[in-house]
Amino acid sequence: MSAETKHPPEIGAFFQRDRSWHPRGLTPDYKTSVLRSPEKALLSLDNTISEITGPVFGHGILGALDNDLIHNFAKPGESAIGERIIVYGRVLDERGNGVPGALLEFWQANAGGRYRHKKEGYIAALDPNFGGCGRTITDEDGAYAFRTIRPGAYPWPNGVNDWRPAHIHFSVFGHGFAQRLITQMYFEGDPMIWQCPIVRTIPDKAAVEMLVAALDMQATIPMDARAYKFDIVLRGRRSSVFENRLEGN
Amino acid sequence: MVQSLNRLKESPSQTAGPYVHIGLTPNFSGISGVIARDLGDEMVNDKTLGERIAIRARVLDGTGTPLKDALVEIWQADSAGLYNSPTEIRGTADPNFTGWGRKATDMTTGECLFQSIKPGRVPYKPGVLMAPHVSFWIVARGINLGLNTRMYFADEEAANAEDPVLARIEHRVRVPTLIAERQGDAYVFDIHLQGEKETVFFDI
Repeated sequence: MSAETKHPPEIGAFFQRDRSWHPRGLTPDYKTSVLRSPEKALLSLDNTISEITGPVFGHGILGALDNDLIHNFAKPGESAIGERIIVYGRVLDERGNGVPGALLEFWQANAGGRYRHKKEGYIAALDPNFGGCGRTITDEDGAYAFRTIRPGAYPWPNGVNDWRPAHIHFSVFGHGFAQRLITQMYFEGDPMIWQCPIVRTIPDKAAVEMLVAALDMQATIPMDARAYKFDIVLRGRRSSVFENRLEGN
Repeated sequence: MVQSLNRLKESPSQTAGPYVHIGLTPNFSGISGVIARDLGDEMVNDKTLGERIAIRARVLDGTGTPLKDALVEIWQADSAGLYNSPTEIRGTADPNFTGWGRKATDMTTGECLFQSIKPGRVPYKPGVLMAPHVSFWIVARGINLGLNTRMYFADEEAANAEDPVLARIEHRVRVPTLIAERQGDAYVFDIHLQGEKETVFFDI
């Protein structure tokens, strides 16, 4: 299962999460959070081996089109409708090191803002050639890339006229269960970003900006697809091997 | 001025949203033909060592209503108390047990069912063992940052009594929120996000 690495795995506990940087649980302008947020304080737990370890997936789980949403649901010879883009970047930890072997899964609406999901009733049409899901695994430097179409904005029943900015959902595995993260990628220049109650659950403008992918014309493929760069940072881990001597138990 | 610590900030979390299934359990959500089998769907096979158990979990909101759009992941040791992870340095875990499972809660009942094995005990620190437990990570629409908790087993009374994590729960009345009762062949674990029965969640 494990990714090929030059060094033995690091086994230190993870840096404490900065919960004032992340959204709080209770963010009433995002209405669903009101009944789905704990009211009592979290119990702090310095990582044990149960949190330091986590599943790691080999490239063998991936199919040939898993990182190509333009084609992975399309009929042979056809492709999804919309602006063709490449999303690329690196998964890093808080110490700035690339995270190799990180599984990324992503999902999104189609170019018109319609999700392929039975609970979704938006009037915009489904694209028969677009499923909206994909996955990839970072290389030895923590780099990844995939192709897709740029998703559309869509309305949602929060306020009477709330619209999500164009976004792609990301789920990320590092090497420990405590690194598990789900977030959303937004697009440079989208005026809807700063209106969105879900974006605004994040208290710090600099933290929001970490989720805005930059248009990269140098990585664009002429006459094919524009590129957006999106780096993701996971929790770093303490490097000392001495404080976690779990062997012999 | 002093030198920079040269550290990055963690990417901030955002909710998984109501359509998390499209990405994480596409076959469950009705998207077939992209990936063969939803990842984490199966934790055991015919050769897995240990006592077979089922875990029936629900996630309930502040009114006691089960979430029908939650996604639950579990992570646990094998029957010998070893994790199937590259950062497990104490030995090699059972290759026929993934240790990790992922399920969406049912869109009608709100329940999710894991077929797994009873985990062995793992160390808290040298010489101190934790009681058998399963780590849970819960995401859903309305949850801005994934919630971490643990499930312990009601029939492990002696081990639970000496568990160093359970011992840290100041309000003893809340300890039972982490303990699953056995019903038939399954352990039943209700996770209350909010209110009087609120489950203990961890900042791990």
